[in-house]
Amino acid sequence: MSLDTLPRATRSAHRRDRPPGRRWRSRLDVKAMPYALVSPYFILFAAFGLFPLAFTLYYSLYDYDLAGTIEWAGLDNYTALLGDEDFWRAVVNTIGMFVLATVPQMILALFLANALNKRFRFRLAIRMSVLMPLVTSVVAVAVVFTQLFARDWGLVNWILSWFGVDALNWRAERIPSWIAIATMVDWRWTGYNAIIFLAGMQTIPRDLYEAAAIDGASRRRQFWQITLPMLRPTLIFVVLNSTIGGLTLFSEPTTFYNGNVDGGSQGQFQTVAMFIVKQGFREFDYGYAAAAAWLLFLLILIGAAINFLFVRRIGGTK
Amino acid sequence: MTNWSPTILTRVMLGLAVFLSAFPLYWMLVIASRTNSDAVAVPPPLLPGGNLGQNIMAVLTHEDAKFLLGLTNSFIVAATVTVSVVIISTLAGFSFANLTFKGRNLLLVLVLLTMAVPLQQMGVVPLYRLMVTLEWTGTLKAVILPYLLNGFGVFLMTQYTRQAVPMELVEAARVDGAATLRIWWNVVLPAVRPGMAVLGINTFMLMWNDFMWPLIVLTPDNPTVQIAITSLNQRYSTEYSLIFAGTALSIIPLIAVFVAFGRQIVGGLMEGAVKA
Repeated sequence: MSLDTLPRATRSAHRRDRPPGRRWRSRLDVKAMPYALVSPYFILFAAFGLFPLAFTLYYSLYDYDLAGTIEWAGLDNYTALLGDEDFWRAVVNTIGMFVLATVPQMILALFLANALNKRFRFRLAIRMSVLMPLVTSVVAVAVVFTQLFARDWGLVNWILSWFGVDALNWRAERIPSWIAIATMVDWRWTGYNAIIFLAGMQTIPRDLYEAAAIDGASRRRQFWQITLPMLRPTLIFVVLNSTIGGLTLFSEPTTFYNGNVDGGSQGQFQTVAMFIVKQGFREFDYGYAAAAAWLLFLLILIGAAINFLFVRRIGGTK
Repeated sequence: MTNWSPTILTRVMLGLAVFLSAFPLYWMLVIASRTNSDAVAVPPPLLPGGNLGQNIMAVLTHEDAKFLLGLTNSFIVAATVTVSVVIISTLAGFSFANLTFKGRNLLLVLVLLTMAVPLQQMGVVPLYRLMVTLEWTGTLKAVILPYLLNGFGVFLMTQYTRQAVPMELVEAARVDGAATLRIWWNVVLPAVRPGMAVLGINTFMLMWNDFMWPLIVLTPDNPTVQIAITSLNQRYSTEYSLIFAGTALSIIPLIAVFVAFGRQIVGGLMEGAVKA
């Protein structure tokens, strides 16, 4: 692996007896260089991580608008948000779309990974094709799906009409709009998650399965009793990732309404991230948007904790 | 091993997965190569037409869309961020993995914590005010700078360096009198190149796709490609063949990267997943 780099390092062996005058430089190098190497990251972190977080907290305690007037508001922004129907609708929309997208996605990804773990021809080609959605651009794909879900000429309604289903107005109604958006999310992420699960599955020792097969366990049973419990660390990683991504959903629902952050005529698919952008950059109510950002963070923490506890229990009998 | 061969059900499932993954992209091509009246026909057309070149030319020369500028801007943004993130992460990853210093573990935990915070959503208001103060709104600088901060990159390169560069190798080079930067250049860099490739491809795709922040901080006069598609979509929302030609153009660079490096991407993803 990295053995080929060894000769290059030993080539400079003749420099072992360096003059004593250079010693202080070498000490400085050993002591200070490690910090110097990590410093670019932490400088950026201070500027674009810590500073915005701290100021989001600061702004959220003030009435701050476009004109630049800043007035102390205490917790007013937060109490107003908690009584704001639009905010709660955005929260419900976000959670609804998250559940609608994530549950089928995890199940499909698990079964797909299980299938990908078999031996077959064109393995790399098939793995690449299920990963392909990930490398397409989100907005482009959302545009395509929006057309597929169009009421009058969309392919989805056309196919549904074969089964006698009347044309659905996907964008106008709440649950159908969630389904359409969840479909976009799932199309993009199912293959990716399957590949991650597949990687996890390949670390499970084969003898476990062989032993189980000798004991007469069916393949379905092997999946539930061996694969799933052994996959728990990977599951936790994937679920936490999806939680952060799902609760900050923005691109798909925004593109579904032609790049407008209102999320439909009744706000039926406005997510919290869209709500923040609307309050901050369409209504220019900076303090309110900042408070909403902190509540979004709280929502993510709660979501992550619930999902973490849930996944930890999966296959917990083992 | 015979029971690892796929059943009919497995084959059907894999076939379906490949079909569903490919279909929206195929559909993009169908509509992008049709006239606009075909795009809204019922039943919908299922095969590509002959207007692809014409539609692409229409998008590229469209005055309102600034599509060519959008493509160029996206490329500049994605390439700049990718190169910077890969360098910053490789340096920090080397330090965390192979060097000893006070506070190392604490700093590494801090990096992990920053990974869990969706900074781009959380800090959006102050970041915007910062860009206004610096008079950077509408410029590419405003899009590039916040994304140079990438905790995932540092974490990935730390993990990768740990397994690719054994401590003994670094210590041997040190005994030979090599300075830290020289060790990084001669010993570490050649060994972690595959990890850098995975991080680079990842970052490029992420930046090419970035949407929320550019939508806030840029104007349609100086767009990234995602913003260019969005303004096309807003102004000509029913001219599907035009918009779809645009979406196809926005995807081509990504597909090209993917086809060229597909094996590494799949391999790197699977390796990274197990280590993480």
